[in-house]
Amino acid sequence: MQALKELLYKMADDQLIIGHRNSEWTGLGPILEEDIAFSSMAQDKIGQAQALYKLLHTMGEQEPDVLGFMRNAEQMHCCHLVEVPISNYAFSLMRNFLHSHAELIRFEMLTGSICQPLANIAKKYRGEIKYHVMHGSTWLKQLGNANEDSNQKMQQALAGCWNLALGIFEPSPYETDLQKENIFEGETALKDRWLETISPIIGKASLKLPPHNEWTPAFGGRTGNHTLHLQPMLDEMTEVYKIDPSAEW
Amino acid sequence: MNKSIDPRVNRMDFTEEKVILQELDNWETWEVFHQRRRGEQHEHVGIVHAPNPDMALVMAKETFGRRGHTANIWVVKTSNVVVGSYEDGDMYTTTPEKIYREAGGYKVMEKINKHRKAKAK
Repeated sequence: MQALKELLYKMADDQLIIGHRNSEWTGLGPILEEDIAFSSMAQDKIGQAQALYKLLHTMGEQEPDVLGFMRNAEQMHCCHLVEVPISNYAFSLMRNFLHSHAELIRFEMLTGSICQPLANIAKKYRGEIKYHVMHGSTWLKQLGNANEDSNQKMQQALAGCWNLALGIFEPSPYETDLQKENIFEGETALKDRWLETISPIIGKASLKLPPHNEWTPAFGGRTGNHTLHLQPMLDEMTEVYKIDPSAEW
Repeated sequence: MNKSIDPRVNRMDFTEEKVILQELDNWETWEVFHQRRRGEQHEHVGIVHAPNPDMALVMAKETFGRRGHTANIWVVKTSNVVVGSYEDGDMYTTTPEKIYREAGGYKVMEKINKHRKAKAK
Protein backbone atom coordinates (compact mmCIF):
# COMPACT_ATOMS: atom_id res chain seq x y z
CA MET A 1 0.00 0.00 0.00
CA GLN A 2 2.77 2.44 0.98
CA ALA A 3 4.64 1.55 -2.19
CA LEU A 4 1.65 2.31 -4.37
CA LYS A 5 0.93 5.55 -2.53
CA GLU A 6 4.49 6.73 -3.01
CA LEU A 7 4.19 6.05 -6.74
CA LEU A 8 0.86 7.88 -7.00
CA TYR A 9 2.06 10.87 -5.00
CA LYS A 10 5.13 11.46 -7.12
CA MET A 11 3.20 11.07 -10.36
CA ALA A 12 0.41 13.40 -9.22
CA ASP A 13 2.74 16.02 -7.75
CA ASP A 14 4.86 16.05 -10.92
CA GLN A 15 1.78 16.66 -13.07
CA LEU A 16 0.36 19.33 -10.76
CA ILE A 17 3.59 21.28 -10.48
CA ILE A 18 4.62 21.13 -14.15
CA GLY A 19 1.01 21.94 -15.03
CA HIS A 20 1.11 25.02 -12.86
CA ARG A 21 4.53 26.08 -14.10
CA ASN A 22 3.43 25.72 -17.73
CA SER A 23 0.28 27.71 -17.01
CA GLU A 24 2.52 30.63 -16.07
CA TRP A 25 2.95 31.09 -19.84
CA THR A 26 -0.76 31.61 -20.42
CA GLY A 27 -1.19 34.91 -22.20
CA LEU A 28 2.57 35.31 -22.60
CA GLY A 29 3.25 32.55 -25.15
CA PRO A 30 5.22 33.23 -28.34
CA ILE A 31 2.24 33.08 -30.74
CA LEU A 32 -1.50 32.76 -30.17
CA GLU A 33 -1.78 29.16 -31.33
CA GLU A 34 1.12 28.06 -29.16
CA ASP A 35 -0.26 30.00 -26.20
CA ILE A 36 -3.48 28.02 -26.55
CA ALA A 37 -1.68 24.70 -27.01
CA PHE A 38 0.67 25.13 -24.05
CA SER A 39 -2.12 26.33 -21.76
CA SER A 40 -4.36 23.49 -22.82
CA MET A 41 -1.64 20.96 -22.04
CA ALA A 42 -1.12 22.61 -18.66
CA GLN A 43 -4.79 21.99 -17.93
CA ASP A 44 -4.45 18.37 -19.07
CA LYS A 45 -1.64 17.82 -16.60
CA ILE A 46 -3.53 19.34 -13.69
CA GLY A 47 -6.48 17.12 -14.63
CA GLN A 48 -4.22 14.07 -14.57
CA ALA A 49 -2.96 15.12 -11.14
CA GLN A 50 -6.56 15.39 -9.94
CA ALA A 51 -7.37 11.86 -11.18
CA LEU A 52 -4.39 10.51 -9.24
CA TYR A 53 -5.27 12.50 -6.09
CA LYS A 54 -8.79 11.09 -6.33
CA LEU A 55 -7.37 7.60 -6.40
CA LEU A 56 -5.21 8.43 -3.37
CA HIS A 57 -8.32 9.71 -1.63
CA THR A 58 -10.02 6.32 -2.12
CA MET A 59 -7.00 4.82 -0.38
CA GLY A 60 -7.56 6.90 2.75
CA GLU A 61 -5.62 10.05 1.89
CA GLN A 62 -7.15 13.54 2.13
CA GLU A 63 -9.49 15.18 -0.41
CA PRO A 64 -7.87 16.03 -3.78
CA ASP A 65 -8.09 19.79 -3.16
CA VAL A 66 -6.43 19.42 0.22
CA LEU A 67 -3.67 17.28 -1.30
CA GLY A 68 -3.14 19.79 -4.08
CA PHE A 69 -3.35 23.01 -2.13
CA MET A 70 -2.63 22.45 1.54
CA ARG A 71 0.77 20.77 1.59
CA ASN A 72 4.11 22.53 2.08
CA ALA A 73 7.15 22.00 -0.09
CA GLU A 74 8.65 19.34 2.16
CA GLN A 75 5.44 17.31 1.87
CA MET A 76 5.58 17.31 -1.94
CA HIS A 77 7.05 14.42 -3.94
CA CYS A 78 7.74 16.17 -7.24
CA CYS A 79 11.15 16.08 -8.89
CA HIS A 80 13.28 19.22 -9.20
CA LEU A 81 12.78 19.37 -12.98
CA VAL A 82 9.12 20.36 -12.69
CA GLU A 83 9.49 22.90 -9.87
CA VAL A 84 12.21 25.23 -11.13
CA PRO A 85 11.01 28.51 -12.68
CA ILE A 86 9.92 28.71 -16.32
CA SER A 87 13.05 30.59 -17.40
CA ASN A 88 12.82 31.27 -21.16
CA TYR A 89 10.55 29.52 -23.64
CA ALA A 90 13.32 27.21 -24.86
CA PHE A 91 13.76 25.94 -21.31
CA SER A 92 10.03 25.43 -20.75
CA LEU A 93 9.65 23.60 -24.07
CA MET A 94 12.63 21.38 -23.33
CA ARG A 95 11.39 20.59 -19.83
CA ASN A 96 7.98 19.72 -21.18
CA PHE A 97 9.52 17.54 -23.90
CA LEU A 98 11.71 15.60 -21.46
CA HIS A 99 9.04 15.19 -18.79
CA SER A 100 6.16 14.32 -21.11
CA HIS A 101 8.20 11.57 -22.74
CA ALA A 102 8.89 10.05 -19.32
CA GLU A 103 5.22 10.35 -18.36
CA LEU A 104 4.00 8.72 -21.57
CA ILE A 105 6.29 5.74 -21.09
CA ARG A 106 5.31 5.53 -17.42
CA PHE A 107 1.61 5.57 -18.31
CA GLU A 108 2.15 2.97 -21.02
CA MET A 109 3.93 0.71 -18.55
CA LEU A 110 1.10 1.22 -16.05
CA THR A 111 -1.64 0.17 -18.49
CA GLY A 112 -0.56 -3.36 -17.57
CA SER A 113 -0.46 -2.75 -13.82
CA ILE A 114 -2.13 -5.20 -11.47
CA CYS A 115 -3.60 -2.14 -9.74
CA GLN A 116 -6.72 -1.84 -11.88
CA PRO A 117 -7.74 1.73 -10.96
CA LEU A 118 -4.24 2.92 -11.81
CA ALA A 119 -4.22 0.97 -15.08
CA ASN A 120 -7.54 2.62 -15.94
CA ILE A 121 -6.14 6.10 -15.30
CA ALA A 122 -3.12 5.24 -17.44
CA LYS A 123 -5.35 4.09 -20.31
CA LYS A 124 -7.64 7.08 -20.00
CA TYR A 125 -4.94 9.77 -20.07
CA ARG A 126 -2.37 8.15 -22.33
CA GLY A 127 -3.84 9.89 -25.39
CA GLU A 128 -3.49 13.34 -23.85
CA ILE A 129 0.17 12.79 -23.09
CA LYS A 130 0.69 11.40 -26.57
CA TYR A 131 -0.12 14.85 -27.88
CA HIS A 132 2.19 16.48 -25.31
CA VAL A 133 4.98 14.28 -26.64
CA MET A 134 4.15 15.07 -30.26
CA HIS A 135 4.09 18.77 -29.42
CA GLY A 136 7.47 18.57 -27.68
CA SER A 137 9.19 16.49 -30.33
CA THR A 138 7.90 18.66 -33.19
CA TRP A 139 9.03 21.88 -31.52
CA LEU A 140 12.40 20.35 -30.69
CA LYS A 141 13.04 19.40 -34.32
CA GLN A 142 11.81 22.77 -35.51
CA LEU A 143 13.96 24.91 -33.23
CA GLY A 144 16.95 22.58 -33.23
CA ASN A 145 17.18 22.85 -37.00
CA ALA A 146 15.82 26.33 -37.76
CA ASN A 147 18.93 28.47 -37.36
CA GLU A 148 22.05 28.85 -35.26
CA ASP A 149 20.39 31.08 -32.69
CA SER A 150 17.45 28.75 -32.07
CA ASN A 151 19.73 25.70 -32.02
CA GLN A 152 21.95 27.35 -29.44
CA LYS A 153 19.00 28.26 -27.22
CA MET A 154 17.69 24.70 -27.34
CA GLN A 155 21.14 23.30 -26.67
CA GLN A 156 21.45 25.54 -23.62
CA ALA A 157 18.01 24.47 -22.47
CA LEU A 158 18.95 20.82 -22.83
CA ALA A 159 22.14 21.35 -20.82
CA GLY A 160 20.14 23.18 -18.15
CA CYS A 161 17.43 20.52 -17.95
CA TRP A 162 19.45 17.37 -18.23
CA ASN A 163 20.50 16.57 -14.68
CA LEU A 164 17.15 17.79 -13.41
CA ALA A 165 15.45 15.43 -15.85
CA LEU A 166 17.55 12.50 -14.66
CA GLY A 167 16.10 13.28 -11.23
CA ILE A 168 12.69 12.10 -12.46
CA PHE A 169 13.97 8.56 -12.02
CA GLU A 170 15.08 8.80 -8.40
CA PRO A 171 14.58 5.26 -7.08
CA SER A 172 12.04 4.86 -4.33
CA PRO A 173 12.56 2.59 -1.30
CA TYR A 174 9.79 0.42 -2.75
CA GLU A 175 11.16 -0.47 -6.18
CA THR A 176 11.35 -4.22 -5.52
CA ASP A 177 7.90 -4.28 -3.86
CA LEU A 178 6.33 -2.58 -6.86
CA GLN A 179 7.98 -5.07 -9.20
CA LYS A 180 7.19 -8.13 -7.13
CA GLU A 181 3.55 -7.17 -6.86
CA ASN A 182 3.34 -6.35 -10.60
CA ILE A 183 2.28 -2.80 -9.92
CA PHE A 184 5.10 -1.05 -11.78
CA GLU A 185 8.35 -2.14 -13.44
CA GLY A 186 10.32 0.57 -11.68
CA GLU A 187 12.27 3.75 -12.29
CA THR A 188 15.35 2.11 -13.81
CA ALA A 189 13.34 0.34 -16.51
CA LEU A 190 11.51 3.60 -17.15
CA LYS A 191 14.74 5.56 -17.45
CA ASP A 192 16.25 3.06 -19.90
CA ARG A 193 13.21 3.23 -22.17
CA TRP A 194 13.12 7.00 -21.90
CA LEU A 195 16.76 7.32 -22.97
CA GLU A 196 16.12 4.96 -25.85
CA THR A 197 13.13 7.01 -26.99
CA ILE A 198 14.43 10.56 -26.66
CA SER A 199 18.03 10.06 -27.86
CA PRO A 200 17.15 9.71 -31.57
CA ILE A 201 14.75 12.67 -31.40
CA ILE A 202 17.43 14.83 -29.79
CA GLY A 203 19.78 13.71 -32.58
CA LYS A 204 17.26 14.63 -35.27
CA ALA A 205 16.96 18.04 -33.66
CA SER A 206 20.73 18.49 -34.14
CA LEU A 207 21.22 18.66 -30.37
CA LYS A 208 23.74 16.84 -28.22
CA LEU A 209 23.27 15.21 -24.83
CA PRO A 210 25.79 16.34 -22.21
CA PRO A 211 28.78 13.96 -21.94
CA HIS A 212 28.05 10.92 -19.80
CA ASN A 213 30.59 11.79 -17.10
CA GLU A 214 28.65 15.00 -16.40
CA TRP A 215 25.41 13.17 -15.64
CA THR A 216 24.61 13.88 -12.00
CA PRO A 217 20.90 13.31 -11.37
CA ALA A 218 19.20 15.94 -9.20
CA PHE A 219 17.72 13.65 -6.56
CA GLY A 220 15.89 14.64 -3.40
CA GLY A 221 12.53 15.76 -4.71
CA ARG A 222 10.85 12.41 -4.11
CA THR A 223 11.71 12.58 -0.41
CA GLY A 224 10.68 16.20 0.09
CA ASN A 225 14.09 17.81 -0.37
CA HIS A 226 13.33 20.51 -2.89
CA THR A 227 14.96 23.51 -4.51
CA LEU A 228 14.27 26.94 -3.06
CA HIS A 229 11.84 27.57 -5.91
CA LEU A 230 9.04 25.23 -4.87
CA GLN A 231 7.69 26.93 -1.73
CA PRO A 232 7.24 30.39 -3.32
CA MET A 233 5.50 28.72 -6.24
CA LEU A 234 3.16 26.84 -3.89
CA ASP A 235 2.45 30.07 -1.99
CA GLU A 236 1.42 31.79 -5.20
CA MET A 237 -0.56 28.81 -6.51
CA THR A 238 -2.57 28.40 -3.30
CA GLU A 239 -2.99 32.07 -2.43
CA VAL A 240 -6.65 32.30 -3.48
CA TYR A 241 -7.60 28.83 -2.23
CA LYS A 242 -6.21 29.56 1.21
CA ILE A 243 -8.31 32.72 1.65
CA ASP A 244 -11.21 30.35 2.27
CA PRO A 245 -10.45 26.64 1.90
CA SER A 246 -14.09 25.76 2.56
CA ALA A 247 -15.43 27.87 -0.33
CA GLU A 248 -17.43 26.03 -3.00
CA TRP A 249 -16.08 26.66 -6.52
CA MET B 1 8.63 50.32 -14.97
CA ASN B 2 5.13 50.01 -13.53
CA LYS B 3 4.45 46.99 -11.38
CA SER B 4 1.80 44.71 -12.82
CA ILE B 5 -0.81 43.06 -10.64
CA ASP B 6 0.15 39.85 -12.46
CA PRO B 7 3.20 38.33 -10.72
CA ARG B 8 4.10 36.49 -13.93
CA VAL B 9 4.53 39.77 -15.76
CA ASN B 10 6.70 41.20 -12.98
CA ARG B 11 8.97 38.19 -13.30
CA MET B 12 9.45 38.67 -17.02
CA ASP B 13 12.89 39.70 -18.18
CA PHE B 14 12.44 42.60 -20.56
CA THR B 15 16.12 43.39 -20.82
CA GLU B 16 16.62 41.08 -23.82
CA GLU B 17 16.97 42.92 -27.08
CA LYS B 18 13.64 43.23 -28.85
CA VAL B 19 13.32 41.39 -32.12
CA ILE B 20 11.61 43.50 -34.76
CA LEU B 21 9.69 41.36 -37.20
CA GLN B 22 9.81 42.27 -40.86
CA GLU B 23 6.67 41.93 -42.92
CA LEU B 24 7.41 38.44 -44.24
CA ASP B 25 9.03 37.08 -41.06
CA ASN B 26 5.78 35.65 -39.77
CA TRP B 27 5.03 32.01 -40.36
CA GLU B 28 2.71 31.28 -43.25
CA THR B 29 -0.89 30.25 -42.69
CA TRP B 30 -2.51 26.84 -43.01
CA GLU B 31 -6.18 26.17 -43.54
CA VAL B 32 -7.55 23.73 -40.98
CA PHE B 33 -10.22 21.13 -41.77
CA HIS B 34 -11.79 19.42 -38.82
CA GLN B 35 -13.64 16.10 -38.84
CA ARG B 36 -15.86 15.47 -35.86
CA ARG B 37 -16.46 11.76 -36.34
CA ARG B 38 -15.11 9.18 -38.73
CA GLY B 39 -17.12 9.11 -41.93
CA GLU B 40 -18.30 12.71 -41.60
CA GLN B 41 -17.03 15.53 -43.80
CA HIS B 42 -13.94 17.50 -42.88
CA GLU B 43 -15.14 21.04 -42.34
CA HIS B 44 -13.11 24.19 -42.73
CA VAL B 45 -12.73 25.77 -39.29
CA GLY B 46 -10.06 28.46 -39.64
CA ILE B 47 -6.34 29.00 -39.96
CA VAL B 48 -3.18 28.52 -37.92
CA HIS B 49 0.33 29.92 -38.34
CA ALA B 50 3.12 27.37 -38.70
CA PRO B 51 6.49 26.96 -40.43
CA ASN B 52 5.83 23.41 -41.71
CA PRO B 53 3.10 20.76 -41.96
CA ASP B 54 4.03 18.98 -38.71
CA MET B 55 3.91 22.19 -36.72
CA ALA B 56 0.64 23.13 -38.41
CA LEU B 57 -0.94 19.89 -37.19
CA VAL B 58 0.39 20.46 -33.67
CA MET B 59 -1.12 23.97 -33.62
CA ALA B 60 -4.39 22.92 -35.25
CA LYS B 61 -5.02 20.16 -32.72
CA GLU B 62 -5.29 22.47 -29.72
CA THR B 63 -6.62 25.53 -31.54
CA PHE B 64 -9.56 23.70 -33.10
CA GLY B 65 -9.70 20.24 -31.57
CA ARG B 66 -9.52 20.83 -27.85
CA ARG B 67 -13.28 20.89 -27.30
CA GLY B 68 -15.88 18.28 -28.22
CA HIS B 69 -15.19 15.40 -30.56
CA THR B 70 -12.38 15.22 -33.07
CA ALA B 71 -11.74 12.22 -35.31
CA ASN B 72 -9.20 13.75 -37.63
CA ILE B 73 -7.65 17.03 -38.80
CA TRP B 74 -6.32 18.12 -42.19
CA VAL B 75 -4.07 21.11 -42.76
CA VAL B 76 -3.54 22.66 -46.18
CA LYS B 77 -1.12 25.45 -46.96
CA THR B 78 -3.20 28.57 -47.63
CA SER B 79 -1.06 29.38 -50.65
CA ASN B 80 -2.09 26.03 -52.18
CA VAL B 81 -5.75 26.96 -52.18
CA VAL B 82 -7.07 28.17 -55.52
CA VAL B 83 -9.27 31.13 -54.81
CA GLY B 84 -12.23 32.39 -56.82
CA SER B 85 -12.90 36.07 -57.30
CA TYR B 86 -15.72 38.06 -55.70
CA GLU B 87 -15.84 40.21 -58.83
CA ASP B 88 -17.41 37.29 -60.62
CA GLY B 89 -19.97 36.87 -57.85
CA ASP B 90 -22.87 37.54 -60.24
CA MET B 91 -21.91 34.30 -61.98
CA TYR B 92 -23.24 32.38 -58.97
CA THR B 93 -26.59 34.09 -58.51
CA THR B 94 -29.58 32.15 -59.73
CA THR B 95 -32.71 33.82 -60.98
CA PRO B 96 -35.92 33.21 -59.03
CA GLU B 97 -37.43 31.47 -62.06
CA LYS B 98 -35.08 28.56 -61.61
CA ILE B 99 -36.72 27.56 -58.34
CA TYR B 100 -37.07 24.03 -59.78
CA ARG B 101 -33.35 23.68 -59.22
CA GLU B 102 -33.63 24.28 -55.48
CA ALA B 103 -33.53 20.95 -53.75
CA GLY B 104 -35.31 22.16 -50.64
CA GLY B 105 -37.03 18.86 -49.99
CA TYR B 106 -33.84 16.86 -49.82
CA LYS B 107 -32.87 18.09 -46.37
CA VAL B 108 -36.09 16.77 -44.94
CA MET B 109 -35.58 13.45 -46.73
CA GLU B 110 -32.21 13.17 -45.06
CA LYS B 111 -33.83 13.61 -41.66
CA ILE B 112 -36.60 11.13 -42.51
CA ASN B 113 -34.10 8.54 -43.66
CA LYS B 114 -32.01 9.06 -40.53
CA HIS B 115 -35.09 8.60 -38.39
CA ARG B 116 -36.07 5.42 -40.29
CA LYS B 117 -32.58 4.03 -39.87
CA ALA B 118 -32.56 4.78 -36.16
CA LYS B 119 -35.98 3.13 -35.78
CA ALA B 120 -34.84 0.04 -37.68
CA LYS B 121 -31.95 -0.53 -35.21
